[in-house]
Amino acid sequence: MTTGRAVTLEQQDPPEHAVGQVPGEVGVWVFIFGDLVVFTYMFGVFLNYRSNEGEVFAASSQFLNQDLGALYTLVLLLSSLFVVRALHWMRSGRGDRASAFFLAALGCGAVFLALKAFEWHHEIGAGRTLNYDHFMTFYFLLTGLHALHLTMGMVLLAILAVVARRGDPGKSQWILLEGGACFWHMVDFLWMIIFPLLYLVP
Amino acid sequence: MSLLRTDRDAAQRAITVVWVLLVLATGASWMLGVHETGTPGDVHPVNALLLVIAMTKVRFVGAYFMELRAAPLPLRLVFEIWTIGAAAALCAMYLLA
Repeated sequence: MTTGRAVTLEQQDPPEHAVGQVPGEVGVWVFIFGDLVVFTYMFGVFLNYRSNEGEVFAASSQFLNQDLGALYTLVLLLSSLFVVRALHWMRSGRGDRASAFFLAALGCGAVFLALKAFEWHHEIGAGRTLNYDHFMTFYFLLTGLHALHLTMGMVLLAILAVVARRGDPGKSQWILLEGGACFWHMVDFLWMIIFPLLYLVP
Repeated sequence: MSLLRTDRDAAQRAITVVWVLLVLATGASWMLGVHETGTPGDVHPVNALLLVIAMTKVRFVGAYFMELRAAPLPLRLVFEIWTIGAAAALCAMYLLA
């Protein structure tokens, strides 16, 4: 009985990401892996500088608030769950719910940016700018580049919310929905690496 | 080849479990990092552990949230190799500094 119901629902379902298919499309992944190469290189350069200036990095990292660093991670994790749920509802034919979840993820992004602005304001106000020392240079570089990606992701989420609200997406809209979701998850997991590197490890 | 509705519900439950584990891992990293003591700038093995935890979290985001576990093998492999390679490289750079 359960199987029969599942098959009936499945027949009514819109097109979706199928097992064995690339989420989004190949171009999305070329972009994502290109980004990952750049970030991985920067993480390596950061650790290289750290090995030469261990005491400077340890001293300056003390200025950063580790609790805030963890909070950022949780906010982005929550946003990622919202994006997963959004795609789930989209595939269940509920564009209205999908749109709401995309907007909720967008809200998480806004909270992240607001906290980041507060943190930057605090650091700059205390005289710790880009030129304070190499740790602060990396801090502004890595968090700035991440915030730039986050802002791009927020624009994407806004577009996805509109696409979801319209409903009945075609093939290109599905590529946009899945590709956009993957981009947002990348923004989330890049922070998962930046958090221990800047806030915990030095 | 699309997933059945019941399969999708099961997938969502699995993702919820992974999400809870990611939150717990974040909390564990935070506690390890906050409570760590020692000489600033020195190498602490616990910090390498924090990097391994971070890259493990990344791997699970890729596999479950980005749906790579259902993606073609070459794409999966590139991602898995990147996570393992980046984790090894970052840990080596940290520990061998």
